[in-house]
Amino acid sequence: MSWGSAAEFFAMGGYGLYVWGAYGLTAALLAFELGSALRRRRRALDAAARSSSTHRGMRR
Amino acid sequence: MTRLYTYAAPSRFYRLSGALLPWLWLGAALFAALGLYLGFFVAPTDAQQGESYRIVFIHVPAAWMSMVIYLAMAAWAAIGWIFNARMAAMLARALAPSGAMFTLIALATGAFWGKPAWGTWWVWDARLTSELILLFLYVGYLALVETIDDMKRADHAGALLAIVGAVNVPVIYFSVRWWNTLHQGATISLVAAPTMHSTMLAAMLLLTFAFWAYALAVVFVRARAIVLEREHDALWVRVLVSPASASMPMPKGAPA
Repeated sequence: MSWGSAAEFFAMGGYGLYVWGAYGLTAALLAFELGSALRRRRRALDAAARSSSTHRGMRR
Repeated sequence: MTRLYTYAAPSRFYRLSGALLPWLWLGAALFAALGLYLGFFVAPTDAQQGESYRIVFIHVPAAWMSMVIYLAMAAWAAIGWIFNARMAAMLARALAPSGAMFTLIALATGAFWGKPAWGTWWVWDARLTSELILLFLYVGYLALVETIDDMKRADHAGALLAIVGAVNVPVIYFSVRWWNTLHQGATISLVAAPTMHSTMLAAMLLLTFAFWAYALAVVFVRARAIVLEREHDALWVRVLVSPASASMPMPKGAPA
């Protein structure tokens, strides 16, 4: 498929709203999911680090 | 033996998944770039649907993922329950949000395609309804395991729901054959000759690989978080996060 211009590409033959709506929403959902998974891992690491230092404090 | 295996699994999973993650991200990015290039710049315009059909490149892979992830979740939940395998139970939990997300993507991209193709965002036909039930199953699973405080009881209750709900997956898959649906039949079949243009098929398969790599990666990230949450008293976790061992070659902040 060769598009005549950028405007033609974004218009998607009149279906721009549907095509870019679908792709945009997919990208947004995946980015949101990835962000929340990374934040959860960060929190888990921090919590594990805290509990680890508490353990060591108690041993002393 | 079983005992040894179940005790060793989370730490081994943590190391192995950490090593695999960069490759999965790389694979997801490469497959997505190639698939989108083929899908938008090489694949021809559809004779009947014009350019709107290009939603198929993410819609079908997302719908496949929604079903595959559910089966994987139910299988790990069952293994975790039957064999009392901790890592399997954690993987089931880690899979659920990704499955829900891909189900939502399949439904949403389907609505964006249904409007130009059928003139409506939504119809209560068997395929769409059974996929919506899949979303409810994921949401129900997540709500159930989050509301039960006792971890083991939550895992067991979730496993029961996941296993019973698995009956919905073949219903989704065969719905277009069993009922007269507005939704079209299977996009590709292993037994019949492909009905799609080869570049369209290639773009769709590349985005399927991209979704697979992405899903594995994000599930690994989540599963690693769950491992840390549940095993924070284990020696290997304390060594991992201890400031004294910060010089160890263990990436902490990176997505790895």
